[in-house]
Amino acid sequence: MPHNKTQDTLVGLFVASGIASLFFLGLHVSNLSSFSHGKTFEVTARFSNSGGLKVKSAVSAAGVKIGSVKSISFDPKTYESVVKMDIDAQYKTLPDDSSASVFTAGLLGEQYVSLDGGGSDDYLKNGSKIEITNSAIILEKALGQFLFKSAEEKKGSDDKKGSGKK
Amino acid sequence: MEFFQNLGASTRSSFTKLGRGSYFLVHLFAGISSVLVRPRLLLKQLHSVGVLSFLIISVSGLFVGMVLGLQGFYILSRFGAEETLGVMVAASLVRELGPVVTALLFAGRAGSALTAEIGLMKATEQLSGMEMMAIDPIKRIISPRFLAGFLSMPLLAALFSCIGVIGGQLVGTGLLGVDDGAYWSQMQANLDFQNDIVNGVIKSIIFGFVTTWIALFEGYDCIPTAEGVSRATTRTVVNSAFSILGLDFILTALMFGDN
Repeated sequence: MPHNKTQDTLVGLFVASGIASLFFLGLHVSNLSSFSHGKTFEVTARFSNSGGLKVKSAVSAAGVKIGSVKSISFDPKTYESVVKMDIDAQYKTLPDDSSASVFTAGLLGEQYVSLDGGGSDDYLKNGSKIEITNSAIILEKALGQFLFKSAEEKKGSDDKKGSGKK
Repeated sequence: MEFFQNLGASTRSSFTKLGRGSYFLVHLFAGISSVLVRPRLLLKQLHSVGVLSFLIISVSGLFVGMVLGLQGFYILSRFGAEETLGVMVAASLVRELGPVVTALLFAGRAGSALTAEIGLMKATEQLSGMEMMAIDPIKRIISPRFLAGFLSMPLLAALFSCIGVIGGQLVGTGLLGVDDGAYWSQMQANLDFQNDIVNGVIKSIIFGFVTTWIALFEGYDCIPTAEGVSRATTRTVVNSAFSILGLDFILTALMFGDN
């Protein structure tokens, strides 16, 4: 039955293309492959303010993504934000006195954790804590400080002018 | 007084219809096992429900993706965030437009055909003829069609989203000058497999289930005249569209409501 055969082929092609597009969505659109296979180790950092950092935000060193944020919680005793990060196991030679900072990619971009290497001979391992941290810069705070400062300076220069006249 | 009478009558008839529909569904499920014994029946329906919807779904997907690319670029470029075009196109396709538009097109293309076919079978007494020959029409006619619709919908929705993403890329990087690498990398960084894609697929499975059920039941339940079949076909499209959009709201609230 030749008709049935073409029908079989068409149905086969249809199912195959449907499954192929599911794979495309999984692998190419959501990038399922990148962090699901590798082993990771966990490090913790405490920030006085972690800003807009979210779970699954990137952890990068020298601009290269090496891991992701696993969880963010608030410590009610020290009023700090406790950020747990999963770092790809192949980067196990990060010095244990590395510092962690929360940065923003671009002006409106995502926030991420940046690790800057220190000089220690010991390496970060599973469960270790990062001691040196820099908090996120909150734009409103920074702007407020800047405005306050410039107002102060202006006031100061006005006073000087005033005293000069006298 | 007559108003209340009508209200009562329509309430009662809609409840009995719902009851008949549920009974029909149970009956239909019971027939699925016999389809597995005869896969040829399913294959034939997969061809008429799935393969023949392939073209309309892929062409619509391409154009929806291209329009999303244009519109998204127009808005995003105001904020200097053209690089996130990929995220916008992919997220809206995978989460919403893929399942919903595919289901609406599917109801129009395949659902109405199913209703008309079964309604006509009923009008020409083919279904009664089968019963006379001790063949259960639900097992022989309905169940394979249901299974075919149920299986085709997620595949068609995935295809739609996939072609839409490529269409958005064609317009975004080809026409409007968004960086190709940024388009894909932003998309991959911001879309989650579990949250976005699996939820989209779940949506399309539910829509496929509901649309096929409505189409088959309307056909099976129609008044066996020319007018009855035409009304049933109209009801299929209208009721499918309502239930798809209503369900979409509920599903979205359940899936994405918490973040």
